[in-house]
Order: sequence, then structure tokens, then C-alpha cells
Amino acid sequence: MIIRILGEGQFLLDDGHLEKINAIDNEIVSHVSQGKKAEYAQDLAKLISTIKELSRPLDPSQIIKSDIIIPPSDMSFDEAKKVFSGDGLIKG
Amino acid sequence: MGFLDRMSTMVQAKMNRIMDKIEDPRETLDLSYEKQLSLLQNVKRGVAEVTTSKKRLELQKAKLQMNLDRLDGQAKEALMAGREDLARKALENKAALQAQMATLDQQIADLADQQSKLMAAESRLASKVEAFRTKKETIKAQYSAAEAQVKVTESVTGISEEMADVGMAVQKAEEKTENMRARSAALDELLESGTLTDYSGGDDLEREIAQAKAKSSVEDMLAKMKQEMKK
Repeated sequence: MIIRILGEGQFLLDDGHLEKINAIDNEIVSHVSQGKKAEYAQDLAKLISTIKELSRPLDPSQIIKSDIIIPPSDMSFDEAKKVFSGDGLIKG
Repeated sequence: MGFLDRMSTMVQAKMNRIMDKIEDPRETLDLSYEKQLSLLQNVKRGVAEVTTSKKRLELQKAKLQMNLDRLDGQAKEALMAGREDLARKALENKAALQAQMATLDQQIADLADQQSKLMAAESRLASKVEAFRTKKETIKAQYSAAEAQVKVTESVTGISEEMADVGMAVQKAEEKTENMRARSAALDELLESGTLTDYSGGDDLEREIAQAKAKSSVEDMLAKMKQEMKK
């Protein structure tokens, strides 16, 4: 599958690794909802380093839509909270 | 809904804004290409802005360093004139400026990071835009309007995602440089108006040290004269 890390481009990841990614994603969701800033920053960094470790960069001249979008490594806790609260962009 | 799903939704919303609604697929290709070229220009401008801001901070750093060196020299002179109190004062001011210096160093590192990220984004986008240009001509030449629709949607969606990503990076860099510009203008004003030297007590300090030096040389001369008169 193709993953985009915002600000860093696209990466190719074997589907078998998806579970690992989802597990960290769930951790991040719980940190944001519980207001755990330090843990959030730690797991966001872990998410990005795990993906980079397991994947390889996609040739930038390929034009393909990504399956997953990962936030940029410098997304602050407050910005992450906004992603959740919606700000008109997200429904549900 | 997970964090990543929400990120995708957010990016999708930005992509939709880039794509709008267009009827003729060939027109979609040309329009998207135009937007890509203009975004590429924006990224280049962003890189230039970050570079300028960084240079400006480096200049300020050099000015601050000169102030630090001056205070260091003053402290030595004061000590030689036997005025430890003045030397202490100069070193206290030096410590205050060193804190400013640490902040500047941090900001310069931050901008250097932005600069390299934006330059990488520019090169990724340029590769995609070039690939898109070739694809666009192929689609236009080989497919009927109806057939082209699928291909167009595919490539325009793919490149719109890149554009949304790069657009956000440029926006972030702009916010950062804007923020720094304000702060560095304030520091410039301080350095130029001499407020910083006043605040550091530089001028008063200089006068006092000069007085102390004069005084100690008067003492020296007096002592010398007394010695000579004894002979």
C-alpha cells in the first residue's frame, strides 16, 4: 500500500505491516482524547519512524493516490486536537 | 474513527478544493497543470523567503557576538583596573546576551530545517509535475473524451494529493518566517537604537571603566612621583 507522510512524500509499505501502524494509530487517538501531550509526541514520532523503517520511498515521478495519510512529524498536540474536533473539515 | 482516517479526510477536503468541478477532462488536465506550475512557483518563493530570514538571523547573531566580545573585553579591563564590581556587571550583561544568543541559535536551526524540507518538497513536486505533463499529452492524443475521463481522474487525484501536501508545507513555512520576521525586527530595533546596549548598561559601564582606568593610572603616577621624590 502507499502511505503519504505529510511533508515527506510517499512510501511503499507491505500490507502485512498495517496492523502495527493501526496499533500506534489507536494509541495516538487515546493520548489525544486523554490530553497526554508527551505520550502523543512520542507515539507520533514512533509512528513515523516505524513507517520509514518498514517501507521504501516511492519514486516521486509516480502519480498515485495514497491509501493512508500520516500527519507531519511536527504536528503539535493542539493541531492534532483540531483534527479530531473537526473544524468543519471532518464529519462524525 | 482513527487519527489517520481523519487525516485522510482533511487532506481529501483540501484536494477537492484544488480539483473543483470541471466538465471537460482535457480542460481538467490543462487547468490542473497550470495550478501545479503556480504552486511550484509558490514553493520556490517559500524557499527563498526562508533562506532570507535565515540570513537575517545569522547577521543578527554576528552583531550579538560583537556585543558579547565587547563586554568580555570590558570585564577584563575592569579587572585590570582593580574594579571587580564593574567586571561583575559586565559579565552579568554578557550572560543576559548569551541567553538571547541561545534563542537565536535555536531559531536558525529551525529555519534550516524548514529550508531543507521545503527544498525536498520542491524537488518531489517538480518530478511529479514533469511526469504529469507527459501523461497529459499522452491522454489528450490517445483517448476519446469518454475514455480519457478515467485516466484524468486517476492522475489528477494523485497529483492533487501532492499539491495539498506541498501547499500545507508552504503555508507552515510562511507562518514560521512571518513569526520570525516580527521577532527579528524587534531585536534589530533593539540593536540599532542602542536600547540593548543601554539595557545592558554598556555605555555607563564603559564610562565607569574608563574612570576607573584613569583613576588607577593617576594612582600609579602619584606613587611613581612619591618614589622619585624620596630619592
